[in-house]
Amino acid sequence: TLPSWETEGMHQRGMAKNPKQAFQVHRSSLSAWQIEERTAGLKTADLKSAQKHERGKQQSASVQAGNSTQDHLEQALTYFERIKDYIPLKKNEVLQKHLTTVESIALQRGLSPEGLDVLLNVALSGHLVNTRILKCLIPASVIAESSVVSAVSRLCVGKCSSSTQLLFLRWLIAMFDFIDHKEKLHALYGFFFCSLQDEKLCPYVCHLLYLLTRRESVSIGFSLLFLFFQGMQPHLQALLSLYKLFCPELVSITLPAKMKTYFKNSESLWKAAINTIRRRNQGTSPTSQQLILGTGHPQSRKRKWNTQLILPACSTDTKNPTRSKEINHADILSHSESFPVEQLHTFSQLLQNIHRLEFPSQMGSVLRNSLLLHYINCVKDESIYLRLYYWMGQTLQEECTWYKLDNQQYEEEFKDFLDIVYKTECFLQKGFSSCEEFLYKSLPLWDGFCCRSQILRLVSWIPLSSFSAFRHSSTMYIIHCFLSLLQCSVLESLKELLQNWLNWHVIQLDMESDPKISPLNTTLSGLVNSVAELIHFVGWIATVALRLENNATFLLYFILDFYETVCDVYLKYNLPLLVMPPPGVFYSALLSMDAVSLNQLCYIMYRYRTNLVAAKENELIKKTILQFKFSSQTYQEYNQYIMAMVGCLWTSSAFQKDIHPQGIRLDPEVLKKTKVQEVRNSFNIVHHPALMGYAILFLQQAWPEDKTLNFNLIKGRRWNWYLEYLYVQGLQGLKLFIESSINRVSQVSQTKSGNAQV
Amino acid sequence: MRRSGRLSLRRRQDMDTPDSGGMTPLGRKTAETGINITSTTGYSRGLTFIRTHTLFGQSPTRRIIPQTSLLQENADPQKIAFLLRKQWTLYSVTPMYKFSYGNLKEYSRLLSAFVAAEKQKGLAVEVGNDFGIKVTLSTLLGLKGTDQDQVAILVQIASRSQLPFENAEDKVVWSGWFCCISGDDLLESVPEDFTCLSLFLANGAESYTAIVGSWFQKTFDCYFSRLTISPLNLAWMAAMWTGCKVDSHMAATELVFSVPCIPQSLDISYAIHPEDAKALWDTVQKTPGEVTQEEVNLFMDCLYSHFHRHFKIHLSATRLVKVSTSIASAHCDGNIKILHSKHLIGVLTLLTELAISQIQ
Repeated sequence: TLPSWETEGMHQRGMAKNPKQAFQVHRSSLSAWQIEERTAGLKTADLKSAQKHERGKQQSASVQAGNSTQDHLEQALTYFERIKDYIPLKKNEVLQKHLTTVESIALQRGLSPEGLDVLLNVALSGHLVNTRILKCLIPASVIAESSVVSAVSRLCVGKCSSSTQLLFLRWLIAMFDFIDHKEKLHALYGFFFCSLQDEKLCPYVCHLLYLLTRRESVSIGFSLLFLFFQGMQPHLQALLSLYKLFCPELVSITLPAKMKTYFKNSESLWKAAINTIRRRNQGTSPTSQQLILGTGHPQSRKRKWNTQLILPACSTDTKNPTRSKEINHADILSHSESFPVEQLHTFSQLLQNIHRLEFPSQMGSVLRNSLLLHYINCVKDESIYLRLYYWMGQTLQEECTWYKLDNQQYEEEFKDFLDIVYKTECFLQKGFSSCEEFLYKSLPLWDGFCCRSQILRLVSWIPLSSFSAFRHSSTMYIIHCFLSLLQCSVLESLKELLQNWLNWHVIQLDMESDPKISPLNTTLSGLVNSVAELIHFVGWIATVALRLENNATFLLYFILDFYETVCDVYLKYNLPLLVMPPPGVFYSALLSMDAVSLNQLCYIMYRYRTNLVAAKENELIKKTILQFKFSSQTYQEYNQYIMAMVGCLWTSSAFQKDIHPQGIRLDPEVLKKTKVQEVRNSFNIVHHPALMGYAILFLQQAWPEDKTLNFNLIKGRRWNWYLEYLYVQGLQGLKLFIESSINRVSQVSQTKSGNAQV
Repeated sequence: MRRSGRLSLRRRQDMDTPDSGGMTPLGRKTAETGINITSTTGYSRGLTFIRTHTLFGQSPTRRIIPQTSLLQENADPQKIAFLLRKQWTLYSVTPMYKFSYGNLKEYSRLLSAFVAAEKQKGLAVEVGNDFGIKVTLSTLLGLKGTDQDQVAILVQIASRSQLPFENAEDKVVWSGWFCCISGDDLLESVPEDFTCLSLFLANGAESYTAIVGSWFQKTFDCYFSRLTISPLNLAWMAAMWTGCKVDSHMAATELVFSVPCIPQSLDISYAIHPEDAKALWDTVQKTPGEVTQEEVNLFMDCLYSHFHRHFKIHLSATRLVKVSTSIASAHCDGNIKILHSKHLIGVLTLLTELAISQIQ
């Protein structure tokens, strides 16, 4: 349930007079929630319903506490915002108080971009002769570029002391990665460059320029640099070497070979706080993706590099610098400059630049980038899939936790990777062939437990054409899974596999209606054969599993769930194929002790009937020779089943009318020998073990005074009442079945299954 | 232990069930250029080939000993000599995307800068040899099994001499080379944008291998994996190399077996006089120029039974970890040393085949 204040907040929002006010109310309640949650997180264990009253109190107290910190910070920020003139720190208790507030919150949680903006302005305004503020400017998330630009403009005014300027530069270097955009900062390149003149600032300005320098910056920089170039100071040298890298033709000077450190350490003041924030934001920071080199894991001697499963970072393809130069010349004429993938953040950007987008240098990086996945979907380039194929195939093989002993400790990473692969497959609506091959190769060695859910989900994207290969290579694995009680999960993933194939088929049909697109290489008969093979395969393993598990209800549910898809293949997916469940499945469900299974079976048989009737009608209407017809065997099988069902549920003739070779027909002589009284009545909707419970409840409600439970009372009109009762109890499958497959016009006792036959 | 036991079981299965049709190691892929990739949601895999094979560790049951095992005429003897008698660590490499032989100089520059940058922990990067490190990419001509094979590439990292003399030579601190000998099957299956140099051999500090490998992976979207050699393939090497003719001095054929014991594993070294080994092989081999799995098994079984007669140890129950002959020596960890230029192509053909089967 939602904490009470939330609804309160909503209520207030509703009552608010103007939208702005409403927003504020809502926001404050939200921040209260965040704090509340944090405190609640520590205490969830002892918050029980008995302490409900207590809880209310605690909650309001903690909300208040959270509010007060937030209030203090806001007060402090307002205070700093209003500073318009020089304020001495000494003996100024208000200022002291606000400074302390800001410091403590900043070091704990970091500051919002807005807060940073206010404080940065104050720190560089020259009104405060103190560097304490600069030392606590820790961002909680990012720093707005505009704040930095305005801060730099304050530097130009020259009101702040040189030590403040120095500290600001160090801060800027330390926080460089947190600045959200850097375009405007790049525009200030020349300004920073001029600051090189200042001897004290020079090392830090160099470092900043080093961070800012791009290929384009060099032309501005290089000619000026020589003016300041004296005595080969390491920081200048570093900058120069960078220029030389970008434009070797402009820098002819030779730089000394060995130099250990170039820049003074700027981060030290903020390092601890930055690390805390990095840790908090972990995973989202692009800087965390580093090249892992050299440091081999102590336990894996053979894998000193490529040791960690890291998806490559998205970066522009830079392999042909000569080519890109050519393009630069061509730009002037054609604007054909390519759009760097690093800058692709929104869908509209994708749409605007789709004609000049280049794939990243490592194709594996698209797995985490849904925009590029969209792009992949509409680009005709086989090299995309080939690059992905090789990269993914090798990664899977190298990281597979049960194939290499060394990998066992990396199971979590491998799971994450498999998850990403699966999600990508879902996104693209197609399976990767490298993934499919990985399954073939590795499943025979799989223990059935490691990364189980990931593996089973990947199975559902095996391409249709290669299912038989899969079957052959993984028989061992299937048996293994069945011995280790994985039946339900396997059935679930095979059901998804079937649905994926069928969906694919439907889309193909849509596309074939468009004459521009040539039909794909998979023929309809190939598809039908593959789907039939899958269904037969599942039928086979289902039979085995039911036998192993003594017809467990839970398992039966998953099997029937699979057949709910199978029975509707013709109508729902327009695929001319109907496969009846094997007798091992059919009779398990029919004679189940459980009404749910029986109801499910009734629904399935109703859908089979609907599909078969529709197929027959189509045949009659079109009168053309259809390429695919349901064989008479399918109809025959269906009829045999339907007779057994009608006998079992309606006519009480289960042992007489069942003509299926594996059915429950029994010789009258044998039946006599059992000496069971009223054998005839053993199976119908009253006496069927799955329904008898309902019959008893019905009797108790209809004749509360009669304690003898006389089932024979349910007859004639009462039989119909009883049926209505069953329908009301939720047995809708039974209802559909009886209404469709049983002729109610004739006498109840003489109902023939004949009408049920199609 | 459970795991390795299972793996050895698999090997045994592979041995017992010879694949009658398998002359070539790799299922030849048929190109199906007709697939239309516009289908945005299709199962069309986007790949223009279909593979029809193989489980882990399966290997062909028959191998042809290459007839043209001599180097091509344009080979630089000095460079070839450089490749011999060094311990090389083996890697397999997936096809490189948009690698261009015309840009080797440019690549040298970029890779130099990359190596320098990595060595300087990401600070200033520098082009040229000013950082005391120079990377050179060059072609290794003549190292081909067939004409279709792509030209091999040599990568060398040299540290600049600290001596002030003009003619002080740079010292090579690390080298590695890419090649692909008789890799037609792979070559035919990939489009033109890709360069197949599937086998990579490195000699020198592993930190350099890591840097160079990372650069290639980033730049050409390829993937490096260590290439280990299974005992089955080591047995093949033992047999095939024993059968080779060597004109000059012949070193003993030595097989090293490892017995997993606690606390330390026990190694058994089994050295055979090269002429005896050759004589045994000649009685085993039926068709010259061709080796079959049965012949390899028979050859090893003969050696095993001989050993058992003397020492009462069943070598078949241990693990073959190293083979050394006059031609070359190979360790299961994926290290190789090639001794004879005459057999360089032959050895590389087999290694290329192993590398390709690892990346497919």
